[in-house]
Amino acid sequence: MVAHRIEVAYRLDSRIAQRTAGLKALGFKVENVRLVDVYTLSRDFSRKQLGKIGSILANPVFQDFTVDKATQTDFDFAVEVGFLPGVTDNVGTTAQEMIEDALKAKFKPGEAVHSSQLFLFDGDSKQAKAIGLELANPLIQRIHAKTRQGYGQAGMDVVVPKVKLDELLKAERVDLELDDEALAELGKKGILDPKTGVRRGPLALDLPYLHAIRDYFLKQGRKPTDVELESLAQTWSEHCKHTIFAAAMDDDVPEGLYKTYIQGATRAVRKKKGKNDFCVSVFSDNSGAIVFDEEFLVTHKVETHNSPSALDPFGGAITGIVGVNRDTIGFGLGAKPAINVYGFCFGNPQSKPQLYRGKNKADPAIAPRRVMEGVVRGVNAGGNQSGIPTPQGFCYFDDRYAGKPLVFVGTVGVMPCKINGRKLYVKKAEPGDVIVMVGGRVGKDGIHGATFSSEAMDFGSPATSVQIGDPITQKKLSDALVKEARDLGLYHSITDNGAGGLSCSVAEMAKECNGCFVELDKVPLKYPGMAPWEIWISESQERMTVAVPQEKLEAFMDLMQRRGVEATAIGSFTNSGRCVVAYHGETVMDVGLGFLHDGLPKKHLHSTFKPLKHPEPKPSAKKDFGKTLLSMLSRKNIASTEFVSTQYDHAVQGGLVVGPLQGKGRVQGQASLTKVVLGSKKAVALSQATYPRYSDIDAYHMACAGIDSAIRNLVALGADPEKIALLDNFCWCSSNEPTRLGQLKRAVKACYDAATAFEAPFISGKDSMFNDFLGFDGKNNPVKISIPPTLLVSSMAVVDDAEKAVTLDSKVDGDTVYVVGPTKNETGGSEYFAWLGYLGNRVPEVDFAANKKRYERFHQAVQKGLVASAYPLGLGGLGVALAKTAIAGKLGLDLDVQTGLKPDEWLFSESQGRLLVTLDPKNVEAFEKIMGSDAVKIGKVGGTRLRVNDWLDVGVDALESAYKQVFSHGG
Amino acid sequence: MVDKALIFSGYGVNSEMESAVALQRAGMASDVVHVNDVIAKRVKLNDYRMLVLPGGFSYGDDTGSGNAYAWRLRNNVWDELLEFLDGDNLVLGICNGFQILVNLGLLPAFGKKRERTAALMPNQSGVFQCRPVTLKPASESFWTRGIERVDCPVAHGEGNFYCSAGDLKRLEEKKLVAFRYVKPDLTLANREFPFNPNGALSDIAGILSEDRKVLGLMPHPERAMESIQLRDGFLQKELARRAGKRLSMESHNLQLFRNAVNYFK
Repeated sequence: MVAHRIEVAYRLDSRIAQRTAGLKALGFKVENVRLVDVYTLSRDFSRKQLGKIGSILANPVFQDFTVDKATQTDFDFAVEVGFLPGVTDNVGTTAQEMIEDALKAKFKPGEAVHSSQLFLFDGDSKQAKAIGLELANPLIQRIHAKTRQGYGQAGMDVVVPKVKLDELLKAERVDLELDDEALAELGKKGILDPKTGVRRGPLALDLPYLHAIRDYFLKQGRKPTDVELESLAQTWSEHCKHTIFAAAMDDDVPEGLYKTYIQGATRAVRKKKGKNDFCVSVFSDNSGAIVFDEEFLVTHKVETHNSPSALDPFGGAITGIVGVNRDTIGFGLGAKPAINVYGFCFGNPQSKPQLYRGKNKADPAIAPRRVMEGVVRGVNAGGNQSGIPTPQGFCYFDDRYAGKPLVFVGTVGVMPCKINGRKLYVKKAEPGDVIVMVGGRVGKDGIHGATFSSEAMDFGSPATSVQIGDPITQKKLSDALVKEARDLGLYHSITDNGAGGLSCSVAEMAKECNGCFVELDKVPLKYPGMAPWEIWISESQERMTVAVPQEKLEAFMDLMQRRGVEATAIGSFTNSGRCVVAYHGETVMDVGLGFLHDGLPKKHLHSTFKPLKHPEPKPSAKKDFGKTLLSMLSRKNIASTEFVSTQYDHAVQGGLVVGPLQGKGRVQGQASLTKVVLGSKKAVALSQATYPRYSDIDAYHMACAGIDSAIRNLVALGADPEKIALLDNFCWCSSNEPTRLGQLKRAVKACYDAATAFEAPFISGKDSMFNDFLGFDGKNNPVKISIPPTLLVSSMAVVDDAEKAVTLDSKVDGDTVYVVGPTKNETGGSEYFAWLGYLGNRVPEVDFAANKKRYERFHQAVQKGLVASAYPLGLGGLGVALAKTAIAGKLGLDLDVQTGLKPDEWLFSESQGRLLVTLDPKNVEAFEKIMGSDAVKIGKVGGTRLRVNDWLDVGVDALESAYKQVFSHGG
Repeated sequence: MVDKALIFSGYGVNSEMESAVALQRAGMASDVVHVNDVIAKRVKLNDYRMLVLPGGFSYGDDTGSGNAYAWRLRNNVWDELLEFLDGDNLVLGICNGFQILVNLGLLPAFGKKRERTAALMPNQSGVFQCRPVTLKPASESFWTRGIERVDCPVAHGEGNFYCSAGDLKRLEEKKLVAFRYVKPDLTLANREFPFNPNGALSDIAGILSEDRKVLGLMPHPERAMESIQLRDGFLQKELARRAGKRLSMESHNLQLFRNAVNYFK
């Protein structure tokens, strides 16, 4: 095959020092680490054309290029990193587009541009292999190393990562007339490929499901095809049908946890709110939506992308964030993505656990430090390139996330309620509408992604579930749809292709009109040779499915073509009551929609709960808690992760009001405020809260604390507590064990109790139920690591006047300091006890009624402009809140506290419902009148030190360095 | 006919809406136009008086920020662009727009030679930086009239301005350095991070073309048009309240856009 290699070297590279320092910090003895960008062209060009190509790929101001000639310079060894065949290569795609435009010459199928990166090192070449593994992920990338001698004049090898497939290009019948053992094996490991003799990867269908499928096809009088079986596996997956939340539980929850407690809470709250109900669309669409003003609505959705991020942190995270953006684009007729949020739970990045998915050190789990680095970078690339601000997020650390990180990603959207009298939040595909697939092409990416996240992660987890997002392809598609086609009324319905790909998106939309007919051979592919079942369930990213009426088809296709967006008609919606799929004229799937969506047998689960007693630490005999506070500020869950905030664009779209870093001292806040309609006084306040460690004591109180905090964080910023909407994301572990289900049941019950008490409706939610790592340590001992049951509560409120918002930094010397809300001895599960090495038992409990009243009163005080700063107390309690208020304002606090509690209890208890407030002394009377005895005056703002009684007296600068030093060099 | 601005979009450009709102606040109407509609001649550049290349992540910064979009323009609408530049018109490039302008050779374009001589290289930190910065005008022109300072965010991975020593001298002699990064007290940043957020040569945040009709700027004044969007907005609000005043709704950053609009008056 003809291939040309263009190398672009940097005459001047300002990043060398930073790049070299990064590797040195990991213990490598290298100097002067240079980078060469490489483009491999699997297409022939003339010398002159190649010269032109080099000149457009290289910037003459600081780069040089060579064509089919190795870069020659002094170095000791070279390492090149490129993509494996079939892995998304965004740089290669852009280069190809540039060449096509410059030379007006198209690449034919099978021809492409492939990007790779060549690193040149000074130092001992024996380090090459280890450095390669540091620079690349072997799951998706190739690593080639050469010594200077081996590199010689010829340089690195020319490598074209061409996809070679050998798939069966037709549908196969699958025999389900098997004994239960064989059937179970089929469900667990997948269909046996008749050509290769290898199982295709988990269907994650258990026996009752397989029996139901067998019975259905028995009635149809035929065997199912592999397309049908794979399709049912996707649609019935835990990921799509939330089977655990839907199942009956014990004797008291026959309707299931979701209907009873989550949906039930929202129904009760909306009824109670009556005409003050602000919900527009809950649970039914890709996102939940609430009223913004008379003209606009805002949507919110939070997703997880845990398993893919464990395998390829960068790819998993970028795919996650770009994927949840599509839940916005796919809401109603398409909302505009306006704000991104993130939440990451990692193992300790300084730990080096020896974890392997296979025996004999096979398939090692990626170390927590690299998981963190890759995930942070993935959301950076996805969010920044998509032009969506990311003002809100957090990092949380616990060793139990070392086998499986949690990657929460969410997107808020904005959309006019109506255009030309048409409600944009309502969609309905009509029989006869053309099914159009818009966006990227289909490859083997993500096959078995949906079923895979329903299984615990162990050896044999399919590598093809790794995918890398392409934010620019999606940005083009997003702009063309929500900024143009939507308002031109060119389509009736839209949904995104996420888990399960076309099999889920088309079948889901088919419910709107009662049928569909798809021709799989019309689907554009990234490379030839894919089997029909693969095309149907592939999770290749950046695709939407759209229902276009016949008479608008030409206008729709013309617009997409002019915007550089690929769109293909792949079938039509019908009213046949069936999902029919053909491949080259042959029917490969024909299943009733009723069975497809509702044929899965309902499960009945059993749970147990028994409270446990944990050891308590001895009372502290310490007199001075200054050093303790400094240690607390350096705990990873409390310390600043500013390096994440600053690498995420939080100002794009021009609406940033309160960002991730507040005050002169740049302290990370718990909530953010963003204008999503420029020129309006209104803004969207967002927050999140999670207390995984409380689950170890009681998941009920874990959930209550999360909800109370997510509400309190918004109230502190100035949101009206009566206008707060919630989202739930359950990330659980071992959800087939009764004790874990017992914890789940308590947490979900708490959601109902808290949401109804606070009158805050859930508008959207998601769950991920098997976050367990199954594998081995270095000595072949079996290892199971289960995450602590984690509920992330996200909150959103529309703030009527952004100017009335309150930030957390103390403002003026001489201001009065209050603690609002009682501090109790509730140190169980706290960061303080974790620092002491204990869990304890006295987990914070939430007094719904008292807190609700307090928040309402506090909101009155904010509306009257009485409050100068407010900090919602959370992890680390008052000690940490005082420190952060002082650091942010660069002003000391001088406090005299009267309490019956011991100093460390007062300082570090995490009692819920509390706010730390500073205000103008002139406002004291008015504030106390509103807040009543709930507000306790404890001292004054001023000076350069934080003093509390004779318990501690520390300089604000020392507090600041303790808070900021932990991640001062990034992850 | 009313003077209007054309704001380019497409291929990952993403700040077209806030740019349009900033101009509107300053009193100028604009149309957001996909670059392909100009290429297809559905929209004519010469129907406008101002061209804005807004911020964004065109082509994902692949092959160098602004490079692919610049080649798309050079390959397809170069003649229209030159004709527009010959007229009494203005061009403003912010962030990705600035990167596109240097790649097109439209900045600094000494002697109207439109070749690449300046570059916005990757940030010295190697990482995307989104943080507030302060700018001070470095020369007098209609762009900087009445501006004492600009306080706004930067948000880029490649903003490290570079040109040859000879060109730097010429930029300074001809007073074409429009803005420099400074500390909040308006003293020089001297390439100290984070005041100079990317390592830019001579703290350069923005430059003008030799005829002063083209301005390229890395930071984003259009993202801080309101007082509460400034880094100390809420402190200033509280101080104003105690002094019995109210903060003005609009921030001082709007002056830059007013200056552009006033050029046509």
